[in-house]
Amino acid sequence: MKILVCISKTPDTTAKIAFTDNNTKFDVNGVQWIINPYDEWYALVRAIELKEADAAATIHLITVGAADAEPIIRKALALGGDEAIRVNADSHDSFYIASQIAEIAKQGGYDLVLTGKETIDYNGSSIGGMVAELLDQPYVSLATKFELAGTKATITREIEGGEEVNEVELPVVVSAQKGMAEARIPNMRGIMAARTKPLKVVEPIAADALTTVAGFGLPPAKAGVKLVAADNVEELVRLLHEEAKAI
Amino acid sequence: MSVLIFIDTTDGHVKKSSLEVLTYGAKVAEQLGTVAEGVVLGSVTEDLAALGKYGVKKIHQVADDSLNHLDAQLYAKVIAQVAESTGAKVIIFSNNVDGKAIAPRLSVRLKAGLVSGAVALPDTSNARPDDPVGRGFVVKKNVFSGKAFANISVSTDIKIIALSPNAYKTVAGDGTAEVVAFNATVDAAKVKVTNTTKASGEVVLTEAEIVVSAGRGLKGPENWGMVEELAKVLHAATACSRPVADAHWRPHNEHVGQTGFAIAPNLYIAIGISGAIQHLAGVNRSKVIVVINKDAEAPFFKAADYGIVGDAFEIIPKMTEAIRKLKGVA
Ligand SMILES: Cc1cc2nc3c(=O)[nH]c(=O)nc-3n(C[C@H](O)[C@H](O)[C@H](O)COP(=O)(O)OP(=O)(O)OC[C@H]3O[C@@H](n4cnc5c(N)ncnc54)[C@H](O)[C@@H]3O)c2cc1C
Repeated sequence: MKILVCISKTPDTTAKIAFTDNNTKFDVNGVQWIINPYDEWYALVRAIELKEADAAATIHLITVGAADAEPIIRKALALGGDEAIRVNADSHDSFYIASQIAEIAKQGGYDLVLTGKETIDYNGSSIGGMVAELLDQPYVSLATKFELAGTKATITREIEGGEEVNEVELPVVVSAQKGMAEARIPNMRGIMAARTKPLKVVEPIAADALTTVAGFGLPPAKAGVKLVAADNVEELVRLLHEEAKAI
Repeated sequence: MSVLIFIDTTDGHVKKSSLEVLTYGAKVAEQLGTVAEGVVLGSVTEDLAALGKYGVKKIHQVADDSLNHLDAQLYAKVIAQVAESTGAKVIIFSNNVDGKAIAPRLSVRLKAGLVSGAVALPDTSNARPDDPVGRGFVVKKNVFSGKAFANISVSTDIKIIALSPNAYKTVAGDGTAEVVAFNATVDAAKVKVTNTTKASGEVVLTEAEIVVSAGRGLKGPENWGMVEELAKVLHAATACSRPVADAHWRPHNEHVGQTGFAIAPNLYIAIGISGAIQHLAGVNRSKVIVVINKDAEAPFFKAADYGIVGDAFEIIPKMTEAIRKLKGVA
């Protein structure tokens, strides 16, 4: 069983969101970087659990990013995984990134490619589906459970107001979200081991970018809260009805 | 040239998010001086022709039974055939559970740039009259979990937009659509659906107009009865903060925020939730936010439109009562 887990570097959830260069670039000044929570808590931890259940399984991590993504990939290796691959390219276009991942996936012949359901910065939710299409493999998105029996995967995915259970033969591409696994904290042994795990750097293949960011903006600030006295709940309901027209 | 809209269904019914994309797609078509067409896969029990009132002129249906369940690989192949035959230049999905699975695949198949999570009509003001979708096609989308937006320029000949649920208001007018059977090559599905569970009769969180959400301030799962009652009179969905879901006071599918569901209802009522930045990331696109918290310093008040500083246990029942009165129900 060979598993490839896609790891993305994202700003910490408390990072200040601001832009530079005439609102065309994210302001990285003072930003702390983390592993995209969906990649870490759900995709990676589930892969580690699968390996714990099958000693013959191998986990490779992949990130498409510049050298400054390496601390993040080492952090991921501290949680688990056998080795990591960094494709040396800096891009925000999903198709370009997916093309790089698919290339590595083709070479490695993985049984399972796992991604998080989306990144918390670009919120694209596109990489998994694109990789699956490039590999001509099935794709189950927004998965909350993944079980394996031989080469048959039983995957639960979110649907509106419920869940659907899918059965599919490996190989498959899956995007993971809450429910898949419980977040873990790396231990000292993991952190030490991560230092010597192989981290291969490969150059990107030629691929097109289909989109570009023309500019960023911030939503308009709220006008300020209108407070209603605690003993006057009826007034709140009146305001919601007559002023906000929300009920 | 046309605008092609994917009409997503569940159990033979057209989803609410499909009505949003139909309205949106018709507007895009009008903007580009072309027609809006729809594509629907699998069997549908609803009257498809009636969807014409949202502005779609023609609906292509591939009524193959193997398309009654989503297999994104199969869906993308079939939609690509419809897109090619209709000469679609802009293809529109809802950025819902199915759209997120299909649109990226189709993007690769057609080499069409995808903007997922769009929140507004495309800006085509820089386009040339002889080449309306060729260049200068810019779509606004949410980034940084609702804390910012980005304008994404799509440079490919064909464009795909996945519209955020609840971002575009459904408008019904007059008109009927012509429904035509589309003859597509349909492979065998590789994904087999073995079971589906759905909470019946409840309002779906991601589609809800009103959401009543509660946090750790509610003290324990035994106190959710009053939250559910308030939700019921408002015909609202219920949600919760992450620690509430982590403690299993409420199911995971109610967890909203940075690492749970991102929602954009018309009205979000937050009770006993402090308003941490990670919580706000999932709800900041709500149009009206009401905060009920006993701590006047709770950060959530800064993001709110209306608020009451007070004890949730006293306020919730009063609010339920006041709404009952307003709606004239006993
Ligand atoms: C990486 C990361 C991701 C995260 N993702 C999410 C996420 O997706 N969603 C999320 O919600 N959180 C998320 N969090 C957690 C977040 O930081 C907060 O810890 C969490 O939102 C707090 O939940 P809460 O408001 O219910 O609880 P608390 O912070 O404990 O707040 C309880 C509130 O209830 C009020 N209260 C108490 N009693 C009463 C009463 N009787 N009447 C009225 N009010 C009362 C208190 O004044 C307080 O404001 C994340 C954190 C991290 C680090």
